[in-house]
Amino acid sequence: MELTEDQLHRYSRHIILPEVGGKGQKKILNAKVFIVGAGGLGCPVGYYLAAAGVGTIGMIDNDTVELSNLQRQIAHSTKKIGVHKVDSAKETFESLNPDVKVIGIKDRISKDNIKDLIKDYDIVVDGSDNFPTRYLVNDACVMLKKPLVSGAILRFEGQVTTILPGEGHCYRCLFEEMPPPGLVPSCQEAGVLGAITGVVGALQATEVLKLILGKGDVLKNMLLIYDALKVNFRRVKVPKNPDCPVCSDNPTITELQDYDAGYCRI
Amino acid sequence: MEDVRIDKKINIKGLICPYTFVKSKIAIEDMEVGEVLEILLDYEEASRSIPKSMEDHGHKVLKVEKINDTDWIIQVRKEKE
Repeated sequence: MELTEDQLHRYSRHIILPEVGGKGQKKILNAKVFIVGAGGLGCPVGYYLAAAGVGTIGMIDNDTVELSNLQRQIAHSTKKIGVHKVDSAKETFESLNPDVKVIGIKDRISKDNIKDLIKDYDIVVDGSDNFPTRYLVNDACVMLKKPLVSGAILRFEGQVTTILPGEGHCYRCLFEEMPPPGLVPSCQEAGVLGAITGVVGALQATEVLKLILGKGDVLKNMLLIYDALKVNFRRVKVPKNPDCPVCSDNPTITELQDYDAGYCRI
Repeated sequence: MEDVRIDKKINIKGLICPYTFVKSKIAIEDMEVGEVLEILLDYEEASRSIPKSMEDHGHKVLKVEKINDTDWIIQVRKEKE
């Protein structure tokens, strides 16, 4: 595959980077990334990956755009209220960059569909808004050995970590079990400053692009915590747990399970 | 002076930065280590920036020469992948 004249222009600021070049840009164009959620995190992740030229972006979300989403979900717009989020995001990303094919799935991710959904993708990004999905995505990625870039946001804080199954920690090494629903902030408590989703989403997109390029370090065995009020980034070491219920040599979780709701979706 | 064997020539007259370097970099990426690329250009700033960028990328600049009122040639030997 040769880059076209338009592509040389579109990606010129990538190509002139020693770490990217024409060869790296072709890797990006050939990459397939699956994003869980087309909301606060899925929007900026997908936006930057589309701009970067990631050739295939899969996205799953069962929701439609609501007015209250637009304070942070930047792929959508006022005229898209009522439209499925994956359709709205597809139109935004494909009009930004015709090199990108967005495959939108209007469904909820579950133990029954997740493996089929992600199996043909190189990297998975978790932009979900609830713990059951976060654990399901982690467990499926560990079982299928898919690199996973996980992000989370709440109020003025964000977290990012990169899970490379077989090499580093997984989400259950960090938090073995889901917190009980009562400990998770209720809907009234769970606000978020919209711009935080952009910070965390851009960090996730950057992790994905470094994985595609094979350049630099990623957040393997590490959790990055951003505190916007204190303007502080902190990197915390997360060792792989030798007794992890899903990623250790003798896992106790060997089949996927759907967890009950009872959690507020932020 | 010993003549250098040129393995590939590109003409990027009419282009300005950063496309001068984009085209040069794409050309050298497709060559083998040890081969020499000759670039013909007419954008003065690139006659300085391309040699610098090529060296930053680890290649060897063999020649930068103004050949007439408007044009330069640059010869670069690929030193690494």
